[in-house]
Amino acid sequence: MFVINCPYCGERDQQEFKAGGEAHIERPKQPTELSDDEWAEYLFMRKNIKGVQFERWNHAHGCRKWFNMVRDTSNDEIKLVYKMGEKPPLE
Amino acid sequence: MSANLRVKSSEYIDETHRVSFKFNGKTYYGFKGDTLASALLANDVHLVGRSFKYHRPRGIMTAGSEEPNAIVQVNDKTNRTEPNVRATEVEIYEGLEASSQNCWPNVNFDIGGINNLISPFLPAGFYYKTFMWPASFWEKYEFFIRHSAGLGKSPSEKDPDIYDHRNIHCDVLVVGAGISGILAAKNAAKNNFKTLLIDEKNELGGATIYQNKEFNKIDNQSSSDWIKKEINGLKNISNLEIKTRTSVAAYHGYNYLLARENLTDHLENKDKDNKVRQRLLKIRAKKVILATGALERPLIFNNNDRPGIMLSTAVKKYADFFGVKCGKKNVFFTNNDSAYESALCLYNKGIKVDAIIDIRNNSNSKIVKAVKQVGIQIYWSHTVVDTNGYRRLNNISIMKLSNDGMTVTGNRINISCDCLGVAGGWTPAVHLFTQSGGKLKFDEDNNLFLPNKYPSDQISVGSCNGNFNLNEIMKELSIKLKEFLKINQTDFDNIVIESEEETSKRNIWLLPSDKAIGKTKPFVDYQNDATAKDIKLALREGFRSIEHVKRYTTTGMGTDQGKLGNMHALGIIADTAGVKMGELGTTTFRPPYTPLTFGTIVGRNVGEFFDVFRRTAMNNWHIENKAEFENVGQWKRGWYYPINGETMHQAVQRESKAARESAGILDASTLGKIDIQGSDASEFLNRVYTNAWSKLAIGKCRYGLMLNEDGMVYDDGVTTRLGENHYLMTTTTGGAANVLGKLEDYLQTEWPELDVYLTSVTDHYATASVCGPNSKKILKKIIPDLDLSDENFPHMSFKEAKINNIKCRVMRISFTGEHSYEVNIQASFGKALWEKCIEAGKEFNITPYGTETMHLLRAEKGFIIVGQDTDGTMTPIDLQMDWIVSKKKYDFIGKRSLYRSDTMREDRKQLVGLLTDDPNIILEEGAQIVSELNQNPIQMLGHITSSYFSPNLNKSIALAVVRGGKDMMGKKLFIPMEDKTISVTVANPVFFDEENKRLNA
Ligand SMILES: [Zn+2]
Repeated sequence: MFVINCPYCGERDQQEFKAGGEAHIERPKQPTELSDDEWAEYLFMRKNIKGVQFERWNHAHGCRKWFNMVRDTSNDEIKLVYKMGEKPPLE
Repeated sequence: MSANLRVKSSEYIDETHRVSFKFNGKTYYGFKGDTLASALLANDVHLVGRSFKYHRPRGIMTAGSEEPNAIVQVNDKTNRTEPNVRATEVEIYEGLEASSQNCWPNVNFDIGGINNLISPFLPAGFYYKTFMWPASFWEKYEFFIRHSAGLGKSPSEKDPDIYDHRNIHCDVLVVGAGISGILAAKNAAKNNFKTLLIDEKNELGGATIYQNKEFNKIDNQSSSDWIKKEINGLKNISNLEIKTRTSVAAYHGYNYLLARENLTDHLENKDKDNKVRQRLLKIRAKKVILATGALERPLIFNNNDRPGIMLSTAVKKYADFFGVKCGKKNVFFTNNDSAYESALCLYNKGIKVDAIIDIRNNSNSKIVKAVKQVGIQIYWSHTVVDTNGYRRLNNISIMKLSNDGMTVTGNRINISCDCLGVAGGWTPAVHLFTQSGGKLKFDEDNNLFLPNKYPSDQISVGSCNGNFNLNEIMKELSIKLKEFLKINQTDFDNIVIESEEETSKRNIWLLPSDKAIGKTKPFVDYQNDATAKDIKLALREGFRSIEHVKRYTTTGMGTDQGKLGNMHALGIIADTAGVKMGELGTTTFRPPYTPLTFGTIVGRNVGEFFDVFRRTAMNNWHIENKAEFENVGQWKRGWYYPINGETMHQAVQRESKAARESAGILDASTLGKIDIQGSDASEFLNRVYTNAWSKLAIGKCRYGLMLNEDGMVYDDGVTTRLGENHYLMTTTTGGAANVLGKLEDYLQTEWPELDVYLTSVTDHYATASVCGPNSKKILKKIIPDLDLSDENFPHMSFKEAKINNIKCRVMRISFTGEHSYEVNIQASFGKALWEKCIEAGKEFNITPYGTETMHLLRAEKGFIIVGQDTDGTMTPIDLQMDWIVSKKKYDFIGKRSLYRSDTMREDRKQLVGLLTDDPNIILEEGAQIVSELNQNPIQMLGHITSSYFSPNLNKSIALAVVRGGKDMMGKKLFIPMEDKTISVTVANPVFFDEENKRLNA
């Protein structure tokens, strides 16, 4: 059970949060222009990395804000949290 | 009782306080302070159970939570009974009743013992292999196996006890209150860390409180006297909380630990009532110090499982701590010095020790010399090759070991004994460390797995870190604590320690016998009856991974998780396969460390507290009017309202007819309600619903369908435009929270530029839905000044109104196909509104109806229920709801997916109506639908999603999803049931009033 540092509220227990899958997958602006394969890429394909992964989390039982997290899935170490709209760190 | 087995009185046993208890129906006496195990041993009872597979007689092996054999059922046939309890952990009390498990008909004569005789036919993987034989074989075995296997009986009565949960936040958690844990906790607390010290025993001090007085000295006092002073001093430290009888079950990431605090199990039954029995501590610690100690290893030799064969330190603890001698003729068998300490302690208490068998060639440590001086015979370079005695050990055979330790030479020497203390060295208790994600390294010199990489802010200290010498433990502890707590000094930096030093080592995982291994029984896992032979067989059969060998042989898979023999299993695998133990790795230690009760896990969340209930403002009316309730999500909804002993079917038929013939009323308060405001509210709705919203006039309502991005129907409901930038969205009862979450997600992450605000108002409003041909007249009586004419207040529109000066919102919308109104009022007036409607409707026989009638009425109209007629794989096109999907809108959630090749397939499952050829047969929801009866295998086309007998049509109707159903209108299909096949015809899903005349009637 993680302790998550919500960028808006501070450290809270994991049970207040909901995981929302891989981060930085932007919804295409013009879906109708996309081929089936391109749309499927957006809709279905996820990296599911063993190691450092960028994720979306939601403080569902708190401020209800979505934010991003950089987490090492191999040992659950949370390296960073940052707000929606902020650029992901380069490494 | 056989008083001669009690030795010199022990300070931990209160001999003035005699306690009677029953074991297997017979009354025995012990003293306050005894465990069930120590009290039984004092009564010369060693045989306490039968092993799992061979039903071999088994006795008490240990004095702690690692006990594999002495597993008992406590208070059998009472509502407090508990199986799989370790006799070594049960504190006796007046009236305790315990019984052996896993034996039938009784522990002294056990029919399953025959397994022992046929054991050549029960090798490793027996159960797996049996399953692989022809199925008919299994049936023959089943009765036999089921009757004689199984560990204990689960209680059949309701648990009378109270359980609790508590969250604890601390700076430093110390697990284990041996000498390392006590000093760590004391120094942490004294340096202003809020500290929690936990130990599974009822006394602090671990093994040090009864440690040998001559060979371990601290500041010129015996270590036991020194530690007792330290324990006394803990009481005055304000920052320190101490929990005894508390075992840590799990150590998760981020220093989150679960522990079970045992509060009443040691009390007499009459004192247990109305108290919390066990409490689950949910501990979040900034720093964790593991001082969990080490478990003594057994030695693996032929027939090493007989009652009377115990760990050497257990023999010592029973003598030193409980004042009980485990045998009249005691022998030790060892590969290290600790058996000498035990032997000496017995000798000093006047208990005869006949011999020590040591697999080492020699040792000249101080303690060995002391044993030599008192004249105990030592057999160097010898091993036990066999043991005798069926229900109790009576004799052992030893032989000389070859230099390489692989074989034995010379002649057997027989030694008569009734207790054999076995000392195989020590295994650091790294279970919690590895649970937390810690990585181990293997110490080749000492054959130990030791903590290596810490995944969180924690350290392991003392013998769980592989340190077994008191002097070294204290030195290392001081260094580690200063670094870990960032303090300059500890209060034991300058103490002077004298302790024994071990001088020679020898480790042999599987000791040889003069018999071929196939003819021996060297047990590795006592509880699951896995022998070294089984492990070798598994390797011969091609198993290589330690995890596979474990499952195949069931080594380490009992309730004790093989705490004693796991290391030997690894050692034997490594030796046999010719690999290094460090490369082999270990199996995963999983929580809980010792079994937890279900009560502890659920705590107070039982009965009515199992889940949250949500009740509407009208709930009391429903109760007073004898409604039957249905759970919808967390809501308690009125299901139907039986009168005069009606069945559900009768009530629903009556309610459905009344709603269409005159008037019905439904509590619709549970529908999700989301208030949507902002200058981009219309645009937002355009993006989240499939249909267009910009042109919806203020004061009008519209039905909307919401998809997932994959094009599948997610939720539906009516949304009303309350103002230019103000909407009220309704959602399904069960979907409300998820819909809000989804809308917030899009607003925050994809469309942050939209000016839209969402507020859940589900609980703020109560909703009464009045329907039927007389609904207008009823509403007129309640709100006389509201113009209800079709011109002013047409279908799908909304009006603000007042009832007795209370503002309310009235929507003319319909889920039944009848002329109908939904009146929304501040929730606190909900019941008053409802009663007013009932009163006004009396002359029209207004009939309250529940969810079942609502479902029936909407099915007559072919309206879907999301989650019943859809299952996350249905697009609006599949539902034949093409009309609600805007062709003009550039985009909405899920739009692109409606044009994927897969969603455009013609042979997808599609929603259709079904009429049974026999109008009186009601189809079963979920039943499968086929078109050909003579196919093999028969092809399933779909299933029934909704089915009712319609009183208004006087026939059975159903909705179903059928592959390619859209083009099957009028086609005959079949529903094969267990006893008959029902033929049906595909029909329009709108069964009733297709022209919607009644909406305006
Ligand atoms: Zn927050």
